[in-house]
Amino acid sequence: MALWLYVARRLAVLVPTLFFVSVLIFSLQQLLPGDAAVALAGEENDPAAIAAIRARYHLDRPLPVQYGLWLGRVLVGDFGESLRNRIPVRELLASKLPVTVELALCSMAIALAIGIPAGILSATRKGTAVDVVANLFALSGLSVPHFWLGIMLILLFAVRLGWLPASGYVAPWEDLRQNLTTILLPSFVLGTGVAGVIMRHTRSAMLQTLGADYVRTARAKSVPERLVVLKHALRNALIPVITLGAIEFGRLLSGAVLTEQVFAIPGFGKLLVDGVFNRDYAVVQAVVLVSAALYVLLNLGADVLYFLANPRLRGTT
Amino acid sequence: MKAILTVLAAIALLAPAEASAQSVLRIGLNDDPDALDPTISRAYTGRLVFAALCDKLFDVTPDLKIVPQLATGYEWAQDRKSIVIKLRPGVRFQDGEPFNAEAVKFNIERHQTTPGSFRKSEIAEIQSVEVLNDLTVRFHLSQPLVPLLAALTDRAGMMVSPKAARALGDKLGTQPVCAGPYKFVQRVAQGKIVVEKVADYWDKNAFSVDRIEFVPITDSSSRLASLRSGDLQMIERVSPSDLAEIRNDSKLKVVGVPELGYQMIPLNVANGPKSKAFADVRVRQALDLAIDRDTLVKTVFGGEYIAGNQFISPANPYYDKKVPVAKRDVARAKQLLKEAGQPNFTFTLVVPPERDRQEASLILQAMWAEAGITANLQTQENVTMLQSGRKGDFEAYFTFWSGRPDPDGNVYTFSTCKGAQNDQHYCNPDVDALLTQARHVAEPAERKKLYDQAIEIMAREVPRLILWHRRVFTGFSARVQGFTPYPDGIIRFRGLKLTN
Repeated sequence: MALWLYVARRLAVLVPTLFFVSVLIFSLQQLLPGDAAVALAGEENDPAAIAAIRARYHLDRPLPVQYGLWLGRVLVGDFGESLRNRIPVRELLASKLPVTVELALCSMAIALAIGIPAGILSATRKGTAVDVVANLFALSGLSVPHFWLGIMLILLFAVRLGWLPASGYVAPWEDLRQNLTTILLPSFVLGTGVAGVIMRHTRSAMLQTLGADYVRTARAKSVPERLVVLKHALRNALIPVITLGAIEFGRLLSGAVLTEQVFAIPGFGKLLVDGVFNRDYAVVQAVVLVSAALYVLLNLGADVLYFLANPRLRGTT
Repeated sequence: MKAILTVLAAIALLAPAEASAQSVLRIGLNDDPDALDPTISRAYTGRLVFAALCDKLFDVTPDLKIVPQLATGYEWAQDRKSIVIKLRPGVRFQDGEPFNAEAVKFNIERHQTTPGSFRKSEIAEIQSVEVLNDLTVRFHLSQPLVPLLAALTDRAGMMVSPKAARALGDKLGTQPVCAGPYKFVQRVAQGKIVVEKVADYWDKNAFSVDRIEFVPITDSSSRLASLRSGDLQMIERVSPSDLAEIRNDSKLKVVGVPELGYQMIPLNVANGPKSKAFADVRVRQALDLAIDRDTLVKTVFGGEYIAGNQFISPANPYYDKKVPVAKRDVARAKQLLKEAGQPNFTFTLVVPPERDRQEASLILQAMWAEAGITANLQTQENVTMLQSGRKGDFEAYFTFWSGRPDPDGNVYTFSTCKGAQNDQHYCNPDVDALLTQARHVAEPAERKKLYDQAIEIMAREVPRLILWHRRVFTGFSARVQGFTPYPDGIIRFRGLKLTN
């Protein structure tokens, strides 16, 4: 099958997926306890003001009507405005997306830079001290809670050593140096978590390919060990790692809630959490929808890469 | 690790020399403010930003006296149904527009007519604004209301530029233009709000900080870490659990003042079928007597908060010293229950999932148990709890009131028969008359006499249990000089300096 047909078919699935996600998130939000208008009004409980909030955001209409109104606007690219601060949701998304993308890219870079070499080393030196250390690292990366690691790193690098800022975010076009200093610690926290997963997968995939017949053949032809590992084994071992990387990257893009909270990074995760706490329906729906779309698209991207990397798949899909 | 250190070192080397001598004050907020429009703003944190952006007709002093800000003086009519306010000459909004009587009229009408305005109910008694001359206005009121002035010390008294408000409409909050010492520069939602000193502000010499950045950091540990590392110079509403860490750091300071509000348990006295339990005043008195407020405050808050029993804290000039926080008396509580024919009294206390009140309710439950009272604790999400409260679907619930500078704002709507927040449906015509009369009297000493009488009646009738007052703590770097705490917790920038 031609690649374009494959992509088109996958894209067609995207539409019902997003529709389902939007219905799901819309219904789930209705289950949140407490009336959104009352929550927004806070201590000021003037009934007229509460009624005005309901009318402004159509909260007084039946649910299917509310959903229909929302969907109609979304289809023309209008996500409405934040119930809390009245900033258009599209502007909020546009200002948060670059932050989250940067954080995800930096975290992924750190994860790959640590995870793949560590995976190769522990596979080629299976059973040695290097393997044990790499496994230990992967396990701790996976099991240490992000918020704890975040606070510890802040205490060390910001409070004790004073090398990096404790929290906040500066956009790269405002000040590149400050941007890098603010993004480093949160990327490291997120990156180590993902590195653990990537290391484990690289290791097992490498062990499998290193035991394969063609590797034995290569060794028999006295191909240098370096080439055997990096060219013959690694290339094939990386295929499952690509898929995994895409999934992990999608996860990072949907917002790292706790890490963004600890480092006060104004990204998708923070937008989502604040939205849920403030009953900011418009924001929550938009963030979830965009995250879901990104996730699906990334997975499609991974499948395309997979498709290209593995010629055997082309006949079967 | 070596690679990381190399990267860190490289970043550090990239650091340019500090070029500007501008003083920048960075303040950590507990959450991201809502719309920066005084008419539709609701969130507390927004008020911290408004203190820089928007001057008000009046302000309060740290000891809660009302003083003019954009006004220069006022005079009540004999019948207290109108007030003449003189305005400060030579004041301009941040867009260069003049501040005058017409602007005041515009702003009051905007508060009253904007759909979704949260100021409407605060100044509902203003019937019309009469422009007497360029710098004098008269407010005509529907009924005598001395506490109106207190409303004008907060968002209802904030003045925005009429020109900007007309141009931006309901989007004014994204680009606020007021008459305060700092003007709006930029807002990154959930990131920061930046304001900058206005060069021709009428009192510019009293403000020495050039630029203020408000940074919302919801996680309290990272807020504190940012203060310790020097990224922030001030943090607001410091949690009592973080106080020790600040006090142990010689580079930091923390000060606290009693808040304006209080934590309370309204008891359902007459609101629907669930009012049966607390209809008998002796049961309510027993509940009250079984509590040891000092122990409660010591155990749950390490003594950082203040035991209370009135709608104002013991530090407030209106506090009635004749009705101090009562000593615990379990024997008397038991006897009262026996007299009421309910020696094994049982009730349900609804508590929201919030740490302070959850912990306090456990201690209270144990104290009541010693008097033979069984309190069933039921956790309910806050908004749901408040809605049930309104409907009378409760016996007792644990809530709080943030407080207002004038005592009227802390009691009138809760304790008058038709009060909007009187969920317990407590109704005593004498209390009604006293609280209403207090709205007509301008002299503080005379007002205090009226409030004292109302406090004494309510101390006997216990329509709600008022338990403690928090302290509002502000943490700051030793570089910050000239900080004066206010009971409303809002940081005033006048006189604040940042040393190196």
